[in-house]
Amino acid sequence: MTEGPLLVTREAVLEVKGLRVDFHTYAGEVKALNGVELTVEKGEILGLVGESGCGKSVTALAIAGLLPQNAEVVSGEILLEGRDLLRLTKEELRLTRLGEIAIVFQDPATYLNPVISIGAQITEILTSDRKRFQAELVGAGLKELQDRTEGKPLSPALEKEGRRLRSIEPSSRLRRGEVKRLAKLLALSYLRMVKLPDPARVFKMYPFELSGGMRQRAIIAMALARRPKLLLADEITTALDVTVQAQILRLLKELKERIDASVILITHDLAVVAELCDRAAVMYAGNIVEVAEVTELFANPLHPYTKGLLEAIPRPDARAELKSITGSVPDLIFPPTGCRFHPRCPFAFERCPKVDPPLVEVSPGHKVACLLYGG
Amino acid sequence: MKRGGGDLLTVQDIHKWFPIKGGLLGRTVGHLRAVDGVSFSVVTGETLGIVGESGCGKTTLAKTVLKLIEPTKGRIIFDGSDVTDLSGKKVMQLRRRMQIVFQDPYASLDPRQTVRSCLTEVMGIHGLVTSKRESEEAAENLIERVGLNPDHLLRFPHEFSGGQRQRIAVARALVSNPDLLVLDEPTSSLDVSVQAQILNLLKSLQREFGLTYLFISHNLAVIRQVSHRTAVMYLGRVVELAETEKIYNEPKHPYTSALVSAVPIPDPSRRTELAALEGDVPSPVNIPPGCRFNTRCPYATEKCRRETPPLVEIAPSHWIECHYDIDFASMKRSDLEGGLISRGERAPG
Amino acid sequence: MTSETSPKGERRSSRGFRREARYGLHLLRKNPIVLLGSIVALASIVLSLSSGLFVDPNSWKTTHIAVRLCWNNPALNWNLRNVYDCSGPTTYALGTDSYGRDVLRMIILAIPLDLRVALEIVLSAVLIGTVFGGIAGYAGGSLDELILRLTDIFLAVPSLLLAIVLATILGRTLENLTLSVLITWWPTYVRLMRSQVLTEKEKPYVEALRAVGAGRVRILFRHIVPNSIYPIVVQGTLDIGSVILTFSALTFIGFSPSPLIPELGNLVNQGIQFVFTAPWLIIFPGLTIFVVSLGFNLLGDGVRDIFDPRLRR
Repeated sequence: MTEGPLLVTREAVLEVKGLRVDFHTYAGEVKALNGVELTVEKGEILGLVGESGCGKSVTALAIAGLLPQNAEVVSGEILLEGRDLLRLTKEELRLTRLGEIAIVFQDPATYLNPVISIGAQITEILTSDRKRFQAELVGAGLKELQDRTEGKPLSPALEKEGRRLRSIEPSSRLRRGEVKRLAKLLALSYLRMVKLPDPARVFKMYPFELSGGMRQRAIIAMALARRPKLLLADEITTALDVTVQAQILRLLKELKERIDASVILITHDLAVVAELCDRAAVMYAGNIVEVAEVTELFANPLHPYTKGLLEAIPRPDARAELKSITGSVPDLIFPPTGCRFHPRCPFAFERCPKVDPPLVEVSPGHKVACLLYGG
Repeated sequence: MKRGGGDLLTVQDIHKWFPIKGGLLGRTVGHLRAVDGVSFSVVTGETLGIVGESGCGKTTLAKTVLKLIEPTKGRIIFDGSDVTDLSGKKVMQLRRRMQIVFQDPYASLDPRQTVRSCLTEVMGIHGLVTSKRESEEAAENLIERVGLNPDHLLRFPHEFSGGQRQRIAVARALVSNPDLLVLDEPTSSLDVSVQAQILNLLKSLQREFGLTYLFISHNLAVIRQVSHRTAVMYLGRVVELAETEKIYNEPKHPYTSALVSAVPIPDPSRRTELAALEGDVPSPVNIPPGCRFNTRCPYATEKCRRETPPLVEIAPSHWIECHYDIDFASMKRSDLEGGLISRGERAPG
Repeated sequence: MTSETSPKGERRSSRGFRREARYGLHLLRKNPIVLLGSIVALASIVLSLSSGLFVDPNSWKTTHIAVRLCWNNPALNWNLRNVYDCSGPTTYALGTDSYGRDVLRMIILAIPLDLRVALEIVLSAVLIGTVFGGIAGYAGGSLDELILRLTDIFLAVPSLLLAIVLATILGRTLENLTLSVLITWWPTYVRLMRSQVLTEKEKPYVEALRAVGAGRVRILFRHIVPNSIYPIVVQGTLDIGSVILTFSALTFIGFSPSPLIPELGNLVNQGIQFVFTAPWLIIFPGLTIFVVSLGFNLLGDGVRDIFDPRLRR
């Protein structure tokens, strides 16, 4: 086994422990999540990768508190900086969704309100919670002053303005008109951050006037405006053309340095994970089956499913034989017993249908849920 | 029935324009030029890949080749005969030899028809069998060949997964023993592991039955794995056509180069600066003048904005539509007027 | 990509029918009124099929003038001045009509007749609608225009008025009355089928069928129509109630071939002349019309709820 890099364990922003979620449908009980174990470290981009039906979106929805009516969290904990999100009241959850967790979905067209301009949608967020955003609004005002004068000495009127802004207590209220102006400034800065061309014009535009790539950037801007601790990005590049996807991926790489949010990037595309993520977690049929740093995962995949997946991906850089995984994704109303992958696994042995393998750390930072590696 | 070797299919200067109606009287105010002058040939037994992003016209091209949509202009030549103007019964006969597999496995099968009925119906339409016994046997053989069981024959489409439905679609396409199979994004709606199964199945079927494939996809990785030659489409035209390895290793058109370098590689040790082409794909309603790629091309010149580029055979069997020969490593551009030019009268193939 | 947020088991349901049935039962349980309506509707169908077993189908032809318009059911006291008490051994559960016949027996004979007429009309309308609506929707162009204009003309005229005019022209036999109502009824079905076909024909499987060489007729009648039939079924079930109402209205106005015929509208017609002296004659047949048509209406609602994909789950 190759020696991995020496890991500095950063503090965890999110810890998901033993999460079990069932869906009640007329066809039966769908056991969508089967004890998900996940940790997201501060400032990292974690890739959550798996095929359709594996439960990655359900996990994201559970974290954001957006599970549909017929879903039931059977057991488990979702700890955001120590607080269990599953035990919050509705109001507490709403505030959390507003300020701490942001989720961005695949289809920007249905996610944006079609009758409100982009600018209005962002400023709506910024003016929704006075306490939370006031400091930033003031900051935006101060920065604008700075930009306007460009280091030249201030006129007495602008001096006064600057002093006034600086003296605003966190507890005092800004005037309504002032809030609006500052919110627009702040919104424009976010639109610039996502590299939207001509932000002032985009501010006034409606979603239908933007192309797919631009809409996706606008949504990312809206998510960033919330200054979340955790950003959940659910298949945000799947619906985009290759060249547009490249733009968004490049943007995300740049943003990674600038924002201090932790990101869970949900995707079925392992190439995107290779391009962007620090660590990756592979999901199959409601379980996390492997977690590792990205270089380690691709160089040294341990779980048979991960191995199978990597061998099945067509590569754009070389012609190679595609090895497929036999069988297909199980029906989660009647999931396989024990390890849910065992019916398709080329290495399965007699214990596999009997025991549901726990996620164990096999080498520093590399965890697998497979009986071949203990458990 | 088909000649050995040689071109099975040739399309010459195919156009497909959709009129846009507007105004009070519903007059035609413009055209959506989905396919705007495409020419190529497909050799018997090969897989020609057609790759491009949304709006490039590849799906419209696929349907036009099969005459599911009538071309606005241009000719289609199948196995030596011009089939462009065929209609009625003759088209039916043509359909036996050219088939298609669509992208969406969930919608391309009649939800109220059993699998067996779906297959035997095609047999009935073309009079391929003489008895019920025969049709049932044929259906059984076919369904097994695509990797399913005979007891699947009595089930309905909604009882199957996406990958299984695509297998059924492939089986249906093979009923009439076609020579050419058009595959329009056959694996784009499928998961990675299922995609691998279907691609492998297609490859083995090609070997066994000597099929010729026209494989359409937006997924460059898939195209690389399956095609012998590849055509890159942009806004209704083919901008580059060559052997697949040349397209990926030595692209000559700036769009191809941008496309190939924009694809993320599933290998973290090869994290690259993903070359991002600026801007979005223009709409086929408003095609830029001159070279249609000039609005996004980092090498565009005045000439590119004014003149449509010629089709040039820049290397043996390697065609591009560009005014220049660009060396992407050094970013140097040299004029193509004079030198290796042959004005494309013959279809590249 | 398949939706991630949908429950996983939905993609491959290997037990289609049982799941449909369970869903149907669940819906019925959730909506007791629909359940009630469905029971009433089904009961009237059963009654229609079996009435010959306990009631003499020809008993409406004999009149008993002596006991006309009388009431002797002790369970209900009308408290009206001129109610005539029937003498004699038989107790009439719902009184007698103006020919001295047992009202209950008349109702039992009328229900099958009305139901049969309604079924004939609805099924014929469905057939016509399917054929012409299907052709209009699939063919498009001038054929579509022609059929559409035709339906427009018919839909512009109030149906009852049209039925009256037709009945006057054609004459007062049961068959002609049925025809009159049918003529006012078919346009809706043409429209319905046409719009379904317009949607279906854009679906990929239709294109796939063209690609394998299927002809237009085959595609339309063997594939598109079976997939478009559900809203027609729903509409048909709902319409049974409405047709009963319309038909009864016609006979009530006086278009019945003979006042003796056991038909609900007919009975109400008699009743209206004797509202104060024999109120049972208008109340019970009227109630029957109401209950039966409402029952079918509710049954139609239930059928729609089961088949409507948007209301699922």
